[in-house]
Amino acid sequence: MGPEVLRDVSFQLPERSFQFLSGPSGTGKTTLLRLLFMSLKPTRGLITIFGKDRSKITREELPLMRRRIGVVFQDFRLLDHLTTYENVALPLRVRGREEANYRADVVELLKWVGLGDRMHVFPPVLSGGEKQRAAIARALIEQPQILLADEPTGNVDPQLARRLLRLLIELNRLGTAVVIATHDIGLMDQVDARRMILSGGRLEIYD
Amino acid sequence: MIRSIAARDQAIRLVERAGAMRREAVARRARRHNPIVPPDNVAGRAMVLVIAIMTFLSCLTLGAVTLVRDTAATWQTQISREATIQIKPADGLDMEAALAEARRVASRYNGVRSASIVDPAATARLLEPWLGPGLDIDELPVPRLIIVTIDPVERPDFNAMRAELAQAVPSAILDDHRTWVDRLVTMARTTVTIGMSVLALMLSATALTVIFATRGAMAGNGHVIEVLHLVGAEARFIAREFRRHFLLAGTRGAAAGGVAAIIVFVLFSWWSSRNVATPEGDQAAALFGNFAIGMSGYLGVGLIVLLIAVLTAITSHITVIAYLRRIET
Repeated sequence: MGPEVLRDVSFQLPERSFQFLSGPSGTGKTTLLRLLFMSLKPTRGLITIFGKDRSKITREELPLMRRRIGVVFQDFRLLDHLTTYENVALPLRVRGREEANYRADVVELLKWVGLGDRMHVFPPVLSGGEKQRAAIARALIEQPQILLADEPTGNVDPQLARRLLRLLIELNRLGTAVVIATHDIGLMDQVDARRMILSGGRLEIYD
Repeated sequence: MIRSIAARDQAIRLVERAGAMRREAVARRARRHNPIVPPDNVAGRAMVLVIAIMTFLSCLTLGAVTLVRDTAATWQTQISREATIQIKPADGLDMEAALAEARRVASRYNGVRSASIVDPAATARLLEPWLGPGLDIDELPVPRLIIVTIDPVERPDFNAMRAELAQAVPSAILDDHRTWVDRLVTMARTTVTIGMSVLALMLSATALTVIFATRGAMAGNGHVIEVLHLVGAEARFIAREFRRHFLLAGTRGAAAGGVAAIIVFVLFSWWSSRNVATPEGDQAAALFGNFAIGMSGYLGVGLIVLLIAVLTAITSHITVIAYLRRIET
């Protein structure tokens, strides 16, 4: 077992809340997001997700719980052999939903994130910003209760970063709790929101 | 003038129709889903090729073993279908009467289909390679033979026949080829056992190669499994998608190998039937029978193809589940 990355970290994410998770590189932002997304098990401590103890969630229950959480990865994690439309529709497709029932929703969401004309293009020909928006759209398609975004503006210019932030604020207004992991102070200054700062494995919260 | 306007209108309509068809094709292509598991990459194509080659070799081995087994069975039945009564000349023995008596005795037994005396001319032909042409058989004390054809299923009681012949024709010796048949049975069994062992080794090598080739092809798909897992796909959904993809790829490779092996068998069979009266053909037929692997051989090829395709699918399934367990820790 390696060294402890996070220690004495205690917080709650209220419904419909909006917060930034910040701190220097290597302090455990991604680890904390992975813990929240249940792709990592804590070595000790208690995590309660949607009122359920993480350690009691079975392997079979995990995918069903995950469907209530949207994640935007730092490296997008788009599948290169699927079009933008198919990548965004993937969470619905893996649930066995009929395309006729979700096609209009996916198209509408793609237009909302400004990718209406890039629907049938494959990720290798998308720009960094377009990939980022496709990744965000994929995380939103199921209207999750929580959205976890790891450096969602890390690969885009400041103008696009502001646009993406507005997108996430809009999503929050529609009822989704949002956690944005970033070390971009400029981005955080644009919104008056709770700041969770990780430093030396400990968490400080500024409401 | 009017004609040229009409031609122009027709050309415009054609162009518009072509444009509409093209747009419809693009829309149709857009509507069609790409498969969740990416199409074969280099490792995937190599896997299909390896499966095809190994299936081909396994099917050839199976065909060879089937051939050897059938030929060994034919040798046994051909030799055990006959027995010989030999009558040695002796002073004062009326050879023709003795032959007739021995034949009469043999014919009475159940399981004897026929008994025929090898006439002096045929006996002379039999001895010609040793004693040369122009042989007068009456001048030499040559034993005479009776060929007894027997029913291989319901064999006659040779001991009783031997005892009765000793009474009726004392100089008669009955040879039921038992020694030869026993040796042939042992040889045939050894040959078939060796063949089966080679087949077992070949199938084991094929299974291992298929497993490693599938794992190699799966290695490039780790990110796909991970993304599917992260967007909330259940393990059984991911496993099913990969299983289906690899079952198809495995079937493609195995069927290609199996069909190639069947073509080889058919070609050999055709060659042996064409050369049936030539020395090469006779030599091959004496060794391997008629080169046909029969229905059981073809069924065996089908079974190998099926097994290899299923093995590919099972390997991909196990790899997906193992990968998911690893990333969930």
